[in-house]
Amino acid sequence: MPLVSAAELDVILLSLKVALWSVIASLPPAIAAAYLLARRDFPGKSLVDAVIHLPLVLPPVVVGYFLLLLLGRRGPLGAWLEEWFGIVVAFRWTGAAIACAVMGFPLMVRAIRLSMEAIDPRLEAAAETLGAGRLGVFVTITLPLALPGIFTGILLSFARSLGEFGATITFVSNIPGETETLPLAIYALTQVPGGDAQALRLCVISIILSLAALLVSEALVRRAGRRILGYDAVGRG
Amino acid sequence: MTLSVAVEHEQGAFRLDARFECGEGVTALFGQSGAGKSTIVNAIAGLLRPRQGRIALNDEVLFSANRGIHVPARKRRFGYVFQEGRLFPHLTVRQNLVYARLFGARIAAGEFNHIVELLGLGELLERRPAQLSGGEKQRVAIGRALLAQPRLLLLDEPLASLDGHRRNEIMQYIELMRDEVRIPIVYVSHSVEEVVRLAATVVLIAAGKVAAMGEVEEIMGRPDLRAAAGIFEGGTVIDARVTGQDMQYELATLAFNGGVLTVTNLDALIGEPVRVRIRARDVSIALDAPRGISIQNMLRGRIAAIEAARGGIVDVTIAIGAISLRSRVTQRAADQLALAPGLEVHALIKAVSLDRHGAAAR
Repeated sequence: MPLVSAAELDVILLSLKVALWSVIASLPPAIAAAYLLARRDFPGKSLVDAVIHLPLVLPPVVVGYFLLLLLGRRGPLGAWLEEWFGIVVAFRWTGAAIACAVMGFPLMVRAIRLSMEAIDPRLEAAAETLGAGRLGVFVTITLPLALPGIFTGILLSFARSLGEFGATITFVSNIPGETETLPLAIYALTQVPGGDAQALRLCVISIILSLAALLVSEALVRRAGRRILGYDAVGRG
Repeated sequence: MTLSVAVEHEQGAFRLDARFECGEGVTALFGQSGAGKSTIVNAIAGLLRPRQGRIALNDEVLFSANRGIHVPARKRRFGYVFQEGRLFPHLTVRQNLVYARLFGARIAAGEFNHIVELLGLGELLERRPAQLSGGEKQRVAIGRALLAQPRLLLLDEPLASLDGHRRNEIMQYIELMRDEVRIPIVYVSHSVEEVVRLAATVVLIAAGKVAAMGEVEEIMGRPDLRAAAGIFEGGTVIDARVTGQDMQYELATLAFNGGVLTVTNLDALIGEPVRVRIRARDVSIALDAPRGISIQNMLRGRIAAIEAARGGIVDVTIAIGAISLRSRVTQRAADQLALAPGLEVHALIKAVSLDRHGAAAR
């Protein structure tokens, strides 16, 4: 008997796919938002900061419902997307990824922002005197020095995506094979008689996935930190 | 090449209003902490935009408040060596050195090797900044600034974070570099020792203003500037040339316009120009040439002026050749010897008081 059943494998792969795409989609805007908040002053900065943090304080169901209103087939953005690009996200796995990305966004921005704020701005000034413009400073100094924070942000957002329930089920419902990620599958199993054992199996799988993500991220953060602090440079170019 | 600077700036209650020019060689911006030296250097580098003024290199205007010109730091091509080095921690020494290459500086292999050799960086190339000592970091920082092919070099207290031994080491590297590169160097410091050793011209900054400007020997010797410069030790700066070396006793003889000095322990070759600073309190006065005395330097001269300092102390200026040597003695000694302007005296200076910190190769 295989370790996991075909149905369980479907759920796991879908969860990983949703979490991965949610991270990929939210990383560039999260880096941009973190940079703006850490290094630039502009009018309405605290409002932008508050809006970014909203998913952290709102009930996930509320976020999911707003996504449905906005991106549903009759929502203003959803209708436009379908009309012009033929893209439908409601009740699809892409919608689940969007819900997860929105829910994980504040965590990702926060981690990256903290690590950017910790960078000595005098290093960036030094880079300027050596000929680097704004973009050059960002790419060669700010971004590499913020790597530990970026890895942490990726982990937090990935873990959040693996565990996202409220926004996902509200926005894209629970459709096996399309939007049924691990937490949704566990919830569904607890609702049917005799599903407890299977639910427990999925719980264990969920714990293993989260732990693995945590370990990989820790290793990456440590490696990036060592590179910067330099105490392992022996034997490394 | 001439850099002309006129900057006015305000930061809180602090007002800066300084104007000066510097040419080739080392110009020291000298003054106490908080006098405004770093603000001026940051304005020259383009990292700070002053309220008013004009900064130009030859005819090229880099900043003009009236005309709304502010060339950004990255386009000025001014090398900047910061007090804390500011090496990029995620890059190796080699990557730090060639960083400017990413932004258009063309660094030939020969040029790279030359700078690496000049600053003794060969062993450090693959290390990261966290593995370097303070002195090594500053050497890399100097190399990095030089390899950006600057038209001007700014050094902001590059020795401030180092201990005595490392200071001396880096000073030697800065001297090497000064004699190699033909660009103006602006050197910010609050240390008399560094300024005397490295600079040709001094701009004395006090409370945000240029208090005086001129040759090192002149400015450092002027008693009226002592308070502004934060020099509590009066003294005389003498330009001399090495004329002899006594290997057995490790002594060197220096000739200057007014006589000969014997000093200890000097890293300089015969014929090399050196600059000596003699602290006023190290100079004793005798009416007749004393005998049976350990003093190695005895210079004959005539008292030019006597002024009371404070607390029973007087400052005596003795004209020796073209030099005005300052001596600090007690009021009682001055009275006992009946010192008066016009009196012929012998100035006595211990050779050991002129060590490698007081005398330096130029």
